[in-house]
Amino acid sequence: MNWEVIIKWFPRLLEGAGLTLELVAISVVAGLLLAIPLGIARSSAHWYVRALPYGYIFFFRGTPLLVQLFLVYYGVAQFDAIRHGPLWPYLRDPFWCAVITMTLHTAAYIAEILRGAIQAIPPGEIEAARALGMSKWQTLFYIVMPRATRIGLPAYSNEVILMLKASALASTITLLDLTGMARTIIARTYLPVEIFFAAGMLYLLIAYILVRAFKVLEHKLRVDASQQGR
Amino acid sequence: MAEATPALEIRNLHKRYGDLEVIKGISLTARDGDVISILGSSGSGKSTFLRCINLLESPHQGQIFVAGEELKLKPAKNGDLIAADNKQINRLRSEIGFVFQNFNLWPHMTILDNIIEAPRRVLGQSRAEATEVAEALLAKVGIADKRHSYPNQLSGGQQQRAAIARTLAMQPKVILFDEPTSALDPEMVQEVLNVIRALADEGRTMLLVTHEMNFARQVSSEVVFLHQGLVEEQGTPEQVFTNPQSARCKQFMSSHH
Repeated sequence: MNWEVIIKWFPRLLEGAGLTLELVAISVVAGLLLAIPLGIARSSAHWYVRALPYGYIFFFRGTPLLVQLFLVYYGVAQFDAIRHGPLWPYLRDPFWCAVITMTLHTAAYIAEILRGAIQAIPPGEIEAARALGMSKWQTLFYIVMPRATRIGLPAYSNEVILMLKASALASTITLLDLTGMARTIIARTYLPVEIFFAAGMLYLLIAYILVRAFKVLEHKLRVDASQQGR
Repeated sequence: MAEATPALEIRNLHKRYGDLEVIKGISLTARDGDVISILGSSGSGKSTFLRCINLLESPHQGQIFVAGEELKLKPAKNGDLIAADNKQINRLRSEIGFVFQNFNLWPHMTILDNIIEAPRRVLGQSRAEATEVAEALLAKVGIADKRHSYPNQLSGGQQQRAAIARTLAMQPKVILFDEPTSALDPEMVQEVLNVIRALADEGRTMLLVTHEMNFARQVSSEVVFLHQGLVEEQGTPEQVFTNPQSARCKQFMSSHH
């Protein structure tokens, strides 16, 4: 193992890790925001409310992220309307293409997590809210969502870790994220083992920090204590 | 002289699950201060009847009046009657307390937060106002020291007392108890019954579905015995317990002593 090479290129790898973090942070937060209405609609009692999120989730869970990434990066430029539209400055930029695709992709998974969490709430707890005179919306905001957050949090943290690793695909559309940077360095040094080893270690470190952070959050929200069923 | 408006009146209530009719026309009137116990073997429809009153279940036929105000109902596609006016049902529900067999406290909130949630959201009370009321109620049901605990840190009896306090915080005109002690260990039944007895002594209007025969006999102003979705026997506790007229009721009473 050539440690000197690792040390020499480490600052560049850190730069790549910075971009990886940026991609993941934006997409899991934006994905969560998008998933909230999707997940709520997905657990609706009315089929016509469920249908749209169902189709959305079906598409984004059923196709590979890489394919979605290529469709957005190479695909949307085919349309004149988009090339001349107001979003073109973003859609021509691989960074925003990656952010948009990863957001849409993870939103589908998070929506499913949320649906499962909402459906796992014991019905009696919702009945209690309604019996006290709370409206459907009050029950949703003050009881169902806070409760579903706690039920879904462990699965959400898992999704964030998965997105961290999936973000490596962004390197295929020219982005110098951690993986992209590693590949660029390897093209210069011809030392794939050292550089991929260092990149892997950085992924591991980020994943570890995320896991610890979610543990702290779960503890703060008393996730364990609120899992008691009926 | 006109009679005072009853606190709660149910007229000719029917409930079906598919083709199975579980409630076949029950009428009941609770005047202010009445404590009405509803007895019957399992499957007699007593819990379902109670849950129909605040539309936790949808009846198929019947009328419900709360302090003289008729609950507006409309038929859904499947034949259920559902609330015709969402504002009205929410307001009436806030006036009808409901105590569940399984407490149904919200496990992610402290006991205090459980109690102040609905008064804040539904009645628009400030946190300070609601907290003051809640603390008085917790003292009343004997768990003032548990206000910052979470439901899973409490015994079943304590949880049910907290659930009763949560209901009382809405200042309900009528309280419905759905087998409030059936999910409790035997040694905790009494502490919950004592709270309910104190409420009866205050002159609160209550409907109580229960299997605690002695308790029903002591606190009730009226006892209703249901059998297969119909009122089989109805009267003062003395009448129903010591001198039941119907054979079913006689049999039920003798098997529960």
